[in-house]
Amino acid sequence: MSIDIKTTKIEQRRITFDNVAEKLGEGKIPSRYQEVMYGVQQQDVFHYRPTWDPEHEVFDADRTDIKMQDFDDLTDPRHYYYGTYVIQRSKQQEAMEKNFSVVEKRGLLHAMDGDLIEKIRKVIIPFRHAEWGANNNNLFIAAYGFGTPMPIAADFQGMDRLGNAQYITRIGLILSNNDPEILDRAKSEWLDDPMWQPLRKLVEDSFVIKDWFELHLLQNFLLDGVLQPLVFQYFDDEIVKHGGASFAMVTEFFVEWFAEAVRWTDHTIKTAAGESAENQALLAGWKDKWLPEVKNAAMPLAEYIFAGRSADVIGEISNRLEARSGKIGLG
Amino acid sequence: MAAKPRRLNLTQKYQLMTRGLDWETTYQSMDDVFPYDKYEGIKIKDWDKWQDPFRLTMDAYWKYQAEKERKLYAILDGFAQNNSQLNISDARYMNAVKIWMQGVTPLEYAAFRGFAMLGRGFRGAGARVACQFQSIDEMRHYQTQMHAFSHYNKYFNGFRQFARIRDRAWYLSIPKSYFEDAVTAGPFELITAISFSFEYVLTNLLFMPFVSGAAYNGDMATTTFGFSAQSDESRHMTLGLEVIKFMLEQDEGNLPIVQQWLDKWFWRGYRLLGLVGTMMDYMLPKKVMSWRQAWEIYWEESGMALFNDLARYGLRPPKYHEVATKEKYRITHEFWCTIYQFSHATALYTWIPTEEELDWFSAEYGELFDTVYRPRYEYWAELDRKGERFFQKRLPVVCNVCQIPIFHTMPDDPLMNCCLVSEYKGTKHQMCSQGCKDIFDHEPEKYCQAYIPPQQIYQGNCGGATLEAYKEWLHIKDEETGEYYGSEDHIMWEGWKAQSGKPADAPA
Ligand SMILES: [Fe+2]
Ligand SMILES: [Fe+2]
Repeated sequence: MSIDIKTTKIEQRRITFDNVAEKLGEGKIPSRYQEVMYGVQQQDVFHYRPTWDPEHEVFDADRTDIKMQDFDDLTDPRHYYYGTYVIQRSKQQEAMEKNFSVVEKRGLLHAMDGDLIEKIRKVIIPFRHAEWGANNNNLFIAAYGFGTPMPIAADFQGMDRLGNAQYITRIGLILSNNDPEILDRAKSEWLDDPMWQPLRKLVEDSFVIKDWFELHLLQNFLLDGVLQPLVFQYFDDEIVKHGGASFAMVTEFFVEWFAEAVRWTDHTIKTAAGESAENQALLAGWKDKWLPEVKNAAMPLAEYIFAGRSADVIGEISNRLEARSGKIGLG
Repeated sequence: MAAKPRRLNLTQKYQLMTRGLDWETTYQSMDDVFPYDKYEGIKIKDWDKWQDPFRLTMDAYWKYQAEKERKLYAILDGFAQNNSQLNISDARYMNAVKIWMQGVTPLEYAAFRGFAMLGRGFRGAGARVACQFQSIDEMRHYQTQMHAFSHYNKYFNGFRQFARIRDRAWYLSIPKSYFEDAVTAGPFELITAISFSFEYVLTNLLFMPFVSGAAYNGDMATTTFGFSAQSDESRHMTLGLEVIKFMLEQDEGNLPIVQQWLDKWFWRGYRLLGLVGTMMDYMLPKKVMSWRQAWEIYWEESGMALFNDLARYGLRPPKYHEVATKEKYRITHEFWCTIYQFSHATALYTWIPTEEELDWFSAEYGELFDTVYRPRYEYWAELDRKGERFFQKRLPVVCNVCQIPIFHTMPDDPLMNCCLVSEYKGTKHQMCSQGCKDIFDHEPEKYCQAYIPPQQIYQGNCGGATLEAYKEWLHIKDEETGEYYGSEDHIMWEGWKAQSGKPADAPA
């Protein structure tokens, strides 16, 4: 039966769920983001140890050396829950769809100089495998991370990287007039060309890191912090400068996506570093351990693109990364 | 000038988009990169034989899902603004939604994480991407459900403390232990348990009672997210079937392993659904169909037809399915009788069915109902009239595997209780059925770890050794629990009805 009440004597008993109220404080009205981000991951009272990792519980705070009073503090400043995430990305994909269709219809990429096209082919297309590696690593954080918000944002980050890899595939197929050979060739370069080997080795090394926060720092802060600007800014600019303006249309998403992802990466690392001196030291140590390797891995790529200017470009990029690093308390 | 592009069909395009992305690692061994996908004994010779069930690229996914979310949240906003909780059939119905929130929503979250493990864990890229899509879908489900139930939580009891009781309440160990059993198993067992045994074989028995039940009972919030999730679910079902075929086609040595999983997860899923069936028979003031009828349609007809189809892979129907069929006349009544007596230790309300409902049960369940269960309800109703509403003083003994109170009866004797015992390392473990006992005996090391709330309580690990202390530890107040008639929910509901000039319902 349907009750029809004209007067408004419908008294609310409470504002939100206890787990949310406990986190926000009584009387606060949560946003939709907050309402689903606190205390949803189970923290204790497990039935069985995983047969695949009997040392730990299914969700276990000890899968990283980072210690937090409350891992739910590792929130996403973009306030993405599933709904806002897919709606934002759908707008961006709509814009990308338009860009791709203009570029395809008017043959804009093919109108570029043959040298430029070859450069794009050699730099961008094999890079799809690095994006796939980033997908893999962020799924690791989504799977084995701890707390409610962190695995969720990592899952978005992982799916974004699948999207990136697929956009690159699409660029490749435009360049080759849908001849898949361009992808096979890029893959064999990724596997064998000396230019890619230091990066591939580093990516594979990252696949066996067991500490998810270390992996977060390496993948989303260091690797992305060097490679995304190198490929989608410096290389992009280089192509545009030499008459490949249309190239910027098919990479627009990468630039926007990265600027946005940085906010999440920086905020989560800053929060963890700010929690304790131990965390700060641990993070700084990981950075010192991995940053030289990341620069090393990016160097052959930079040399191919910029030849004599490569050291300057890597220097500029790492200065920017150091500046970010200082801002988030890594020193 | 551009040459004319080659034509690619959708399948080719999709394969190029995703398949070629992965590579055989050489700087680290594949076994170190994917350490978990071999120890269960499933042999995969060629991961490229995996048939992608979704063929979805990321940009298409963003687009479709965003369209669904825009519609869903527009409806949820309207629902709250219009106080649409007033449109439900009766406040007793809310207990069905509480069961969903307390028991199912947390599993959606756990499924998000579990499928992320698979999305990282399988060495085949196609399987990995399929699991990634399911993972993010499951994240969607827990979030849309919380957002949908948020409005009910403002008015009704039983929602607010779900995150606390999910891990601690005895009756919520039933769904929780089910999912934890799956996620602590290896990746192939997890995907078999959830994607095939649950999503493919048994899902109609979850979806139909809850979502159709919601639609029948005026619950637009649940109906909306339920139907919106349906297109996600159909992807998940396809994945479930694909994974079974894939394992069986890869190596004949996989058959006995898969068969054992199907036996186990059929039984575990069936036991879990006993709770759902009870909800559908007892908590829906407007009935969709009885559990008995649902079982006949969705298992005896569709389920068996599916297993006939699968016979060509060498699979047989799961063990003890005939026991489940024998139990169709009694399981929901045995369950309700139990919850009725123990509901003062839950965040639910229970009640004696109305006269009309008892007659519906007689029609649906026949003689057994009239001779065994109706007299119990009449007896309890009599006690209630005398002001002696019947509650048990202690918590029930529960099955060491399915965690359901040991109330089930012998397959061929509905009056004889069934309790089987296995001894492991000097300790006795009680099981509700041969199905559960087989599961225990196959992996005693796993099931002897089970967290059994009633035992924990009496050992004093849950705030104290009394029911009162236990309730406090659960953050459940007296007014949120026990008998429905006279409860806060009931009084609020009658108040709303009185305001609108409709006559109040008399207690049974
Ligand atoms: Fe789901
Ligand atoms: Fe059992």
